[in-house]
This record gives sequence, C-alpha cells and structure tokens, in this order.
Amino acid sequence: MIEGGPEAQWRAALAGGRFLLQRGRASGRAFFPPRIAEPGTGDDAEWFEASGRGIVYSSTVIGPKPPALPYAVVIVELAEGPRLMSRIDGIAPESIAIGMPVKARIATEADSPILVFEPV
Amino acid sequence: MADRFPRGNTAIVGVATHGIGEMPGFSSMELAAGAGLQAVADAGLALAQVDALFICLPDDLFAGMAFAEYLGLQPRFTDNNRTGGSAFMSHMATAAMMLDAGYIDTALIAHGSNQRSGGGRLSTPAKSSAYEAPYRPLFPLSSYALAAARHMHQFGTTREQLAEVAVAARQWANSNPEAFAKGPLSIEDCLASRMVSSPISVRDCCLMTDGAAAIVMTRTDRARSLQQPPVPLLGAAAATWWTSISQAPDMTETSARESGARAFAMAGLQPADIDVVQLYDAFTINTILFLEDLGFCPKGEGGRFVSGGGIAPGGHLPVNTSGGGLSCCHPGMYGLMAIVEAARQVRGTAANQIPAVQFALAHGSGGTLSSQATVILGNL
Repeated sequence: MIEGGPEAQWRAALAGGRFLLQRGRASGRAFFPPRIAEPGTGDDAEWFEASGRGIVYSSTVIGPKPPALPYAVVIVELAEGPRLMSRIDGIAPESIAIGMPVKARIATEADSPILVFEPV
Repeated sequence: MADRFPRGNTAIVGVATHGIGEMPGFSSMELAAGAGLQAVADAGLALAQVDALFICLPDDLFAGMAFAEYLGLQPRFTDNNRTGGSAFMSHMATAAMMLDAGYIDTALIAHGSNQRSGGGRLSTPAKSSAYEAPYRPLFPLSSYALAAARHMHQFGTTREQLAEVAVAARQWANSNPEAFAKGPLSIEDCLASRMVSSPISVRDCCLMTDGAAAIVMTRTDRARSLQQPPVPLLGAAAATWWTSISQAPDMTETSARESGARAFAMAGLQPADIDVVQLYDAFTINTILFLEDLGFCPKGEGGRFVSGGGIAPGGHLPVNTSGGGLSCCHPGMYGLMAIVEAARQVRGTAANQIPAVQFALAHGSGGTLSSQATVILGNL
C-alpha cells in the first residue's frame, strides 16, 4: 500500500485501476469516503476490493444554460452498503431511474481517474 | 440522556431586521452592525452592556473578532459557530446556558449579508467535498434536489406539493411590507419555471437578497425591567448528522427529528401546542421535510400537509408568516430571520400577526440538510 493517509491511498488505488472500500476490522461494516478509522466507533479499518455493483438511490438532472448540455448527478448505493455521489455514463440523464442497477467503472478525465457508473 | 435546559430563564429582549432586500454599496459587516445597534436600542440597553457576541457572517470566517472591533465591543465571550443557517439557534442555546450560569449578562446575536448587491450569488465559503465536486453538483442546490427526488420516490410527493410551499410563502409575503418578492404566484407559475436541478425549479429556490438581523438575549428576571416584553426561550437543541447528503442514513429524514424532539421535551410542549412555525426554507423541500421531522405531520405526509393552502394564510398551520426565505428575504443564512419572526409573533408585533400566539417555533438548517437546530419561544 502506498504512503500517506487513507484518502491518498484510495486515490492511488483508483489510479491503478482498483476501486477500494474500507470496513471496520471488528464490525465488518463498510464505509466511504475513506477515513483513518471506522466512523462511529473509531475502531481500526481495513481495505477491501469493492464489487462495483450498486443501485441508483437518487438522481437529479442539472439543466445548465444552453449550449451546455444537461447532465445527471446521482447517489449510488453500493452493494456493500455505503452511498456515494457519482454519475451514470452511457444513458440519457432523464432516463436514469431510482432503483436502477449500475456497475462501477474507472474513467479518466483531465488526466485524473474518476469513479463513474454504467447501467448493468 | 435527557437534556438539562434553563427553560424560560432567558429571553429575547431586542430584535431587529435591517436592509432587507437590496442595499447596494453596503458591506455585510455594515448591515450586521446596523441590525445589532437596532436590536440593542429595541431592548432599551446601552451598547456597552453587551458582554457576549454570537455572530456568523458569510464572507468573514473570523467575523466574531471583526464585529467586536467594528462596534467597539470587548466581549467576555465570542462565538463564531459556523453550522450555516442553523448557527443562530445554536447561538441561542449557548447564550441561554451562559446567561443562566451568570457567565455573561447580555448576548448579542447578529447576521448580515450583502450577497445580492455584492455579486448576486450565494455567499458562502462552503463547497462540495473533493469526493463530490468532480461530478459537478450545484452546491448546495443539487443536494436538496437529490433529497427531494428521493422523497418523491418513497412517498409520492409531487412537484405541485413543492409548489404549494412557494405559493404559501408568497401569499404571506404579499401582506408583509418588508418582504422582497411580492405579486401573484400560482402553482402553474411554479411548475412552468425553469428547471435548475430536477425536481427543483427556480420557484422552489429561496431568494438571493441583502439583509441583516439581530437579537439581544438576557435573563428573564432582568428582562422584566427592560423596554420590551421579554420573549422567553423555552427550549433550544441542535443536532448534526452529516455534511454531505450522500452520507445521510435516510435522505428523507434530517436531524431535525432529534433537535425538534429535544427542544419540545425541554419546553414541555408538543407540536400541537405551537401556534406559529418558522422554518428555514432554502428550498421548498425543506419545509416539507421539517414539518415531518419536527412532528407536525407523519413522515411522508408533508406533501399532503401543505396541499390546498395548508400552510398559507387561512390554512391549518401558519408557517413562515413573513414570507420566509422563499419570498421575504434570504441573505445567505436565514436562520436568524426565522428567530426574529417567531419573536415578533410572540410579542404580537409581526406584519402578519397570528392572533393570541402563546408558543412559536423557529428552525434553522445548515449545509446540505446537515446541521439542524430548533428553538421554541413563548409565554411562561
């Protein structure tokens, strides 16, 4: 594992093509974003490989002034439990529905890795 | 653990709003200081009697010190709590405890913003986290939109019901001389307004105005010899459950559930005892969420509760009687304006005075539904 705190470690893993999550070592409860300890207990945390599976928990379509195109921002509920903000590629923004199953993909944007999701 | 709170031992004795609407050429500090001086004068106190300062300004993270210097105060205690629009209810909780303990004697709580004249955008140092910013949510608007979309999904809440909140606010504003946004507003107008971040359209969003407010608090026994009838503080509670909306255990339920229940327990009251309600309505979904979380209706019923003019003049519960952040004013952190309107209702001096108000509730929200704080004012 790379040097630095959990945020730096998570970003380094993402840059290496891996989507990691943490869980409490004792509780097994998964959480995100990365932290130095399990939230609520302060117990030790450990990394594990996320399945990448999830569902859309909520979605909003942002309508910027033309000619910029509308885009969606979503909350994904991961199969492991945690929720995070992301976007769904490969589908029209207005077609995204709450409950829709999605799968994580690591894209590259402005030379940086970014976690996005796609319809299953 | 039950809260220990000095119920009724402290009171609001001075209130002011200042520069509501547009004040071109004035700084946030000048507006806040203007409100502060007016609130002190309203109380019939001398400025030098203020010995504790509670303040939050949008653009000055060290506003406590700057405000003290500006007015020439030397506070024994300075609180610069930054829990957004809920900061001022938290200020009241702290001030009440310190006043009751005899640690301070006179607290001044102030807020001011020139965000309309100063740029026309929400003035805040807060922003999306590094985990969220790459997806370009509108901050803070899209977080509220995501909560609203989830509420609609789980409970069948409709855009028409969101619009009811905006229309009710406008109807109250139309008979409040101080309100900034006036004129007819229909459900259809709201539904036809430009979609910003679905399901939130322009008319679901609060105003961007200039303005300032301030209150003065002291012990109720001392307040009885002052200029105004005291407005006792019966309960005050704050609760923070998250900062990012993605971290909400249930995006349709806020920590207002906790702050409200604790404030009611301190006051020895139930929601049915409250005569008039002031809620921080940054967006129309807020009013619905807080009516539910504070116990004025069951979870999921907020949309139906506000339907048919339920919270408008002549409805079954008067909510945001000044016009609220949606139609009266929104200088960045509306929380203190909600407190001032609640205090005026208890005093009997509000523009849209509700008859025979015994108990009023004011509720503030900060961040993205993150920090919630509730105060209950009323007669002992």
